[in-house]
Amino acid sequence: MTEKRFMAGNEAIAEAAIQAGCRFYFGYPITPQNEICEYMSMRLPEVGGTFLQAESEVAAIYMTFGAAGTGARVMTSSSSPGISLMQEGISYIAAAELPCVIVNMMRGGPGLGGIHPSQADYFQATKGGGHGDYHLLVLAPHTAQEAVNLTMLAFDLADKYRNPVMVLGDGNMGQMMEPVEFPPPAKTEFSKKEWNLDGARNRPRHLIKTLYLDPPVLEKRNLAIAHKLGEAVKNEVRFESFMVDDADVVIGAYGTVARIAKTAIKLLRENGVKAGLLRPISLYPFPYQQFAKVAESGKKILVVEMSLGQMFQDVQLAVCGKTKVNFYSRVGGVVPGYDEIVREVEKTAKESG
Amino acid sequence: MEVVYERPKSLFPVATHYCPGCGHGIIHRLVAEVIDELEIREKTVAVAPVGCAVLLYNYLDVDCYEAAHGRAPAIATGCKRVHPDLVVFTYQGDGDFAAIGTAEAIHVAARGEKITTVFVNNAIYGMTAGQMAPTTLIGQKSTTTPAGRKPETAGFPIRMCEIVATLPGAAYVARVSVSSPKNVVQAKKAIRKAFETQMRGLGYSLVEVLSQCPTNWHMTPFESVKWVDEKMALYYPLGEFKVPKEE
Repeated sequence: MTEKRFMAGNEAIAEAAIQAGCRFYFGYPITPQNEICEYMSMRLPEVGGTFLQAESEVAAIYMTFGAAGTGARVMTSSSSPGISLMQEGISYIAAAELPCVIVNMMRGGPGLGGIHPSQADYFQATKGGGHGDYHLLVLAPHTAQEAVNLTMLAFDLADKYRNPVMVLGDGNMGQMMEPVEFPPPAKTEFSKKEWNLDGARNRPRHLIKTLYLDPPVLEKRNLAIAHKLGEAVKNEVRFESFMVDDADVVIGAYGTVARIAKTAIKLLRENGVKAGLLRPISLYPFPYQQFAKVAESGKKILVVEMSLGQMFQDVQLAVCGKTKVNFYSRVGGVVPGYDEIVREVEKTAKESG
Repeated sequence: MEVVYERPKSLFPVATHYCPGCGHGIIHRLVAEVIDELEIREKTVAVAPVGCAVLLYNYLDVDCYEAAHGRAPAIATGCKRVHPDLVVFTYQGDGDFAAIGTAEAIHVAARGEKITTVFVNNAIYGMTAGQMAPTTLIGQKSTTTPAGRKPETAGFPIRMCEIVATLPGAAYVARVSVSSPKNVVQAKKAIRKAFETQMRGLGYSLVEVLSQCPTNWHMTPFESVKWVDEKMALYYPLGEFKVPKEE
C-alpha cells in the first residue's frame, strides 16, 4: 500500500487508470467529470502515455475503439449527455469484442438536464444503451477509494471478457475529496496477440469487424457474445451486505445513495430500528440472487435511488413478488438526505408485512 | 519470361463484388500497388468505411478495422497514437467523409494526424442504391433527388479537398480520377505521395478520387468515365491543392 492521498473522485479514477496500465485516454469535456480529462492531460505525458481531446464524444469513443483494437489499455470518460452520444460506438466496441473502460459520472437528465448528481442512466448502462444484443459490465463505486479499486478491476474485467466495462459514478462522487490509496494493481496477464492490430508481421492479417450479412453467421456471433456474458454473470457478481442479517428492513441502493443509506442505518439502529443495506457493486451482472434471499427471509425492502425507479425494476425482478418492495427517490440532481431515508425506512418498518 | 504485370502481393486473389465499371476495384489495386512498392504491407493498417467499400478487407491483405459510418478517421487516430510507426489509412466514400463523418474528417486534418485518407467521390450513395450524396452535382438525378438536385432544397455539393487544404495540419491534398489510363497513373502517384507524406511524419494527407458509378448513374461504363471527365471534373477540379513545403 502506498501512502494516502487526498483526491477528488474524478482524479482518483484517473490516477487509478494510469496505475492499472492505461496509457491512452480520449475524451471531450463535460461537467461534472472534467477533472478526469484535465488530470489525464497532465499525468499521461509524464508516464509516456497519450492524452487527446477529441472533437466530440462520438470521436472520443471511436478513438478509444481504435486504440483498443491495438490491444492497448485505453479509457474514455464523460457524463450522461456525452455518454448518450457514445452509444453508437459502445455498441460497435461490444460487437467487435474490444476491451476498454468507460467512465460515466452521471448528471441529471433527460436532455441537457443539469450538472448535479443523478443515477438516471442505470437503464442505459445496464440494459444495453446502444443498438443490438450486448451488455456492458457495470461497476458502481460508493467511495473514492472504491472508485480506485473498481477502476483498476474494470481494466482486468475488460481484458478478461474482451468487453467494454463501465465505471458508473455520479457528480457527487466525482467532486468529493477523500483520502485514497492506490493498491498495487493485480498482476494479470491477458494475451491479445490472437486478435490485435499492429501490422501483419509474420502472421496472417487481423481483422476487426462487426458486419455479418449472413443471418446464421450473425446469430452465431450474437450467441457467442451472450455466452461470454453468461460467464461474467456467473463469476462477476459483486455486492456488499451491510448489517443485513438481523435487519427487518433492507435498503437496496448503490453508489452515493448507498453511502447516505449507511449513515441512515446507524441512526435508525440507535433508535431501535433494525435496518440494513444490500449494495450492488456490479450493476451488470446484478445481484439478483442476493435480493431474492433477502425477500425469502421475510425482510422488507426499500429501494432508494436518484432515478424514478430504474434499479427498482431489477430488485422487483429479483424478489418476484415474495416481499413488498418500497421505493423512494429524488431526481433532477437532488440528492436524498439521510433524514429522508430514515423517515422512509421507519415508514416501511411500520407497514404490516 | 519476364513478368511485366501481376497481382500486387497486398491484394487477395479473389473475385470482385463491385459492379461492372465501378472505380473501387481500380483504386483498391492502386493502394495495394503503393503498399507493395513502399514495402509497408507488414506495417500498414487500413480502416474500411461504411458504404460499398466496407468490404475493402476482402481484397486488401493488411491488418484492418471496419469502422462505423463516418468514424474511420477517429479509429485511425486511436490506432496511430498507439503505434506511431505504423502506416494507417482510411478509405472512405462521399457519404462517409463528407456527410456523416464531416466532423471527424475536418478534425483529423486540423490535428495534423499522421494518417492518410483515400476519399472516393462518386457523387452518389452506391451501397444504399442511388440516393443523393453530399457531393451529388446540381441537377444530378438520384433516388432522393428524382427531379435533379436543386440547391434551393438540397443545397450545394461539397468540395472537401478545397476545405481540408485550408487547414495547417493537412500536408498533402490532391484530387485525382480513374477515368482514363492517364488519370489512373496520376492517381497512383498521388496515393504514393500521400503515403510518403505520412511516413515522413509531415502531417495529414488526403487523396480525393473521382470515381464512376455506372450502376447508380444509370450509364454504361464508357458513358460514366466520360461523365467524370465532362461533368464531375468541372466542379471538382483535378490537381494538387497542397504539397509538403520542400517539394
